[in-house]
Amino acid sequence: METFLKIPLLSVVTFLPLVGALLLLFAPREREDWIKGFALGVTLLDFVLSLALFIYFDDGVAGMQFVERVPWIKQWGVSYYMGIDGISLLLILLTTYLMVLSILSSWSAIEKGIKEYMIAFLLLETGMIGTFCALDLVLFYIFWEFTLIPMYLIIGVWGGPRRVYAAVKFFLYTMAGSVLMLVAILAVYFLHAKATGHYSFDLFALYNTPMSLKAQLLLFAAFAVAFAIKVPMFPFHTWLPDAHVEAPTAGSVILAGVLLKMGTYGFIRFAIPLFPYAAHKAIPWVSVLALIGIIYGALVSMMQDDLKKLVAFSSVSHLGFVMLGMFAFTVQGVQGSIYQMLNHGVSTGALFLLVGMVYERRHTRLIADFGGLARVMPVFAVFFMIVALSSIALPGTNGFVGEFLILLGTFRSNPVYAVLGATGVIWGAAYMLWMFQRVMFGPVTKPENEGLSDLSPREVLTLVPIVIMIFWMGIFPKFFFKKMDLSVERYLRDVKGRYEMVLKAEEAKAFVARSQGARER
Amino acid sequence: MELFKVDVLGRDFLAVAQELGLLSFALGVLLLGVILKGDRRRYTGYVALFGYVLAFLPLLGAIGRGYEAFSGMVVLDPFSLFFKVLILVVGFLVVLLSLDYTAREGIAFGEYYALVLLASAGMMLMAGAAHLVTLFLGLEIMSIAIYALAGIMREDARSVEAAFKYFLLGAFASGFLLYGMALTYASTGALHLREIEGVLAQKAWLTSFPLVLVGLGLLLVGFGFKLALVPFHMWTPDVYEGAPTSITAFMATGVKAAAFAGLLRVFFTALPALEGHWRELLWVLAVATMTLGNLVALRQEDVKRMLAYSSIAHAGYIMVGFVAATELGRAAVLFYLFAYAFMNIGAFAVVALLGRRGAPNTLLEDYAGVGFKHPLLAVAMAVFLFSLAGVPPTAGFMAKFYVFSAAVKAGYYWLAVLGVLNSAVAAYYYLRVMVYMYFREPKEGLQTGYPSFAGAVAILIALWGVFQLGIMPSDFLALAQRSVQVF
Repeated sequence: METFLKIPLLSVVTFLPLVGALLLLFAPREREDWIKGFALGVTLLDFVLSLALFIYFDDGVAGMQFVERVPWIKQWGVSYYMGIDGISLLLILLTTYLMVLSILSSWSAIEKGIKEYMIAFLLLETGMIGTFCALDLVLFYIFWEFTLIPMYLIIGVWGGPRRVYAAVKFFLYTMAGSVLMLVAILAVYFLHAKATGHYSFDLFALYNTPMSLKAQLLLFAAFAVAFAIKVPMFPFHTWLPDAHVEAPTAGSVILAGVLLKMGTYGFIRFAIPLFPYAAHKAIPWVSVLALIGIIYGALVSMMQDDLKKLVAFSSVSHLGFVMLGMFAFTVQGVQGSIYQMLNHGVSTGALFLLVGMVYERRHTRLIADFGGLARVMPVFAVFFMIVALSSIALPGTNGFVGEFLILLGTFRSNPVYAVLGATGVIWGAAYMLWMFQRVMFGPVTKPENEGLSDLSPREVLTLVPIVIMIFWMGIFPKFFFKKMDLSVERYLRDVKGRYEMVLKAEEAKAFVARSQGARER
Repeated sequence: MELFKVDVLGRDFLAVAQELGLLSFALGVLLLGVILKGDRRRYTGYVALFGYVLAFLPLLGAIGRGYEAFSGMVVLDPFSLFFKVLILVVGFLVVLLSLDYTAREGIAFGEYYALVLLASAGMMLMAGAAHLVTLFLGLEIMSIAIYALAGIMREDARSVEAAFKYFLLGAFASGFLLYGMALTYASTGALHLREIEGVLAQKAWLTSFPLVLVGLGLLLVGFGFKLALVPFHMWTPDVYEGAPTSITAFMATGVKAAAFAGLLRVFFTALPALEGHWRELLWVLAVATMTLGNLVALRQEDVKRMLAYSSIAHAGYIMVGFVAATELGRAAVLFYLFAYAFMNIGAFAVVALLGRRGAPNTLLEDYAGVGFKHPLLAVAMAVFLFSLAGVPPTAGFMAKFYVFSAAVKAGYYWLAVLGVLNSAVAAYYYLRVMVYMYFREPKEGLQTGYPSFAGAVAILIALWGVFQLGIMPSDFLALAQRSVQVF
């Protein structure tokens, strides 16, 4: 298990796309099919390798697996420290899986610079997987920041009319958040070094950094803002609709499917366990913002006349659920939260793919321009229906499992939040079904829509894996949960344990102060 | 006291062997420029290049040694060697970049390369100065050569204006510096850096000779001019814009490195006793420098001018490490200067290669569509810009990481926060160049680009540096840390 045939599997999965991108640099520009095929091959191979991770992952072990650790920048105590537990494993699989679909979906949508496009995507894949594996704070930060570059280019070069604005906004928002995190990382590092005399960016060593409560709150805030921008939580979400609407289809799929998860993952792996006391103090704040996100995102979705904007705002709503569950600090809540990350990646990714397919045909995304598509494109309509229902969280689909667990977990910690969150499910159904009705049903009002062709075999091939995942994850959730059960339990035990330790220490301190005060009197 | 007892072939000469080498090559190149006629004068550049390569040789004997030579006028130690290597690398890259650039601009004569070599020798002398007079000597050798270089495009009014401006303000700055040295001498009675330190170490001195504080202030003003710290930066944009691009690269990296070497020497060897007096002052200077540099850079429409303001901002980041005033901070300054040299020379090299004779093409608009017209140049430029913006995995990120970590460790949290926020602001104008390069259609009928093999080699070396320091910085970090142990 430690090393599969002595191969550092995690590094291979992470850096294979980078190698692919470097090889693509030398590809002749004219051989477009060759370039596309090569990129698809690389992502497929990476997916297969990540399946090997899944298979060889030992469910019976709660700690990090496939660990690789090499000193890197010795002077600073930075090491190349990679490892995964059940939480990151599933997110890596989501990444490699969505990458294959994204490359497939770009087959005919990209007209210029296909070579650079594929290189950007492969670089992005390395950055994303690395972010989910890194267990050293500097390594993590490097992967985290690195993903900005390819995504910036993808939006800016291959995006829609307002792509420059969207790309720059995306870059600056994320960067502004993460540089503050950098200062916080450094602060934790030096606090730890001061207490132990040992300079290290090792995440697990830093988990046990003794610090004052004020420092915890401040540092947690710096981490939380960086991650909240990425998630994005209300009120940091304004970059998201712009980026989504302007990005090319595959860019939106990856943005929604994976990049946003880097924010939520950041909370689980870094912000919360590093500062458990502050995280517990922040429960009401985060929960209320998450609830605002759920309801506000849903209401704004309902009012959109552009399909892609609708899906973008629905992301704000769905990610609100993820955050709500995570900050319930119950097993169900956290598991539901992680499951919802995967669900959102699958179903929102699929929604973007579907919108992209119809956009390629009609070059419009306005809901008003459609109507009656179910009659012209029946296969498309069926796929759209399944994905929409998954997004609504119909029982039997993946969405149901996630949202149900989140609400269950939240109910156990705070019923009011759960009740308010549950209204979001209703709103979700409302905007999704209303949109579906306006686009698919009724008579074909626009003559341009009469002659639309139904899905091509390649497009069906892109969507079938998603439908399979939707039902698989909806009907056999156990298959996925068993990979993360132990990891989540360990995470909660650890976070709560250290939170209670801080509380006890505070109580003891207060007691000592009181008794001293009494003695002096 | 044995004044000027010189050990002709041994220790004393080893300490200045590299300077002497460069000086003799400067003279040789000057002569060669007279002998060669017409177009063939550009071969002087290759001779200069060879001079830089040869100047690396004395390193073999000098590494690991530490002593003062010429009766305490110069010092050979890891710190001076670090800067000498940096200055040689900078000079080598600048000459490489100049080979075709000067031919294109019609300034490829012996004097050009002779002046570059002279300036490098001056910079090295500054790095190895153990005495205020040597320091001033080095500074002037460097400055006067650079004044002439800035105006070497005689037919170009902007170049001449740049030289004139730089000369006038530079002369004032030298005056300030000299006056500062004089006041320091007046109050301590010493010019040798260690002796000054010894005098100031007696606590009572400060109360009886407060004049040394005025001296400190004047020294700071003098160095501030050379480093283009706000508020002494006014000359920078015009001079950087007007000077030949290769010389701008030289000024932004070499001159800055040498001035920082001098500043580190004077402040940490001679004036550590006054630390309490200059720390807060430099804190303000650092913040003002990065903030103003970045904010004004946001609005620039000319890439060269934008890079000029960006270099002001970078001096501000470097000052952050300086303010920390710990061993970590000083090492961070050294590392930053190396990283900055690679990325900045790289960026200026691309700017130079995109121009043509009589059409510098340095406006942002001229960069429209460059990403597709010159894909390789544009990729290189993108790497340099991301590095300047401090995005991993580049040298710029590691350098910023280092200076800000020094600030955090020294307890300057706000300085670090202001620094990182500044680098987020700065990302905007670096991205803007990329927006033009990749996201805009090329301008009709605009000819850009000038093929240059030597320029391409310079860019490749700079790229190597950016990635080497960004991905595998360990060796350089160790070097920087060892070099600052002299303080």
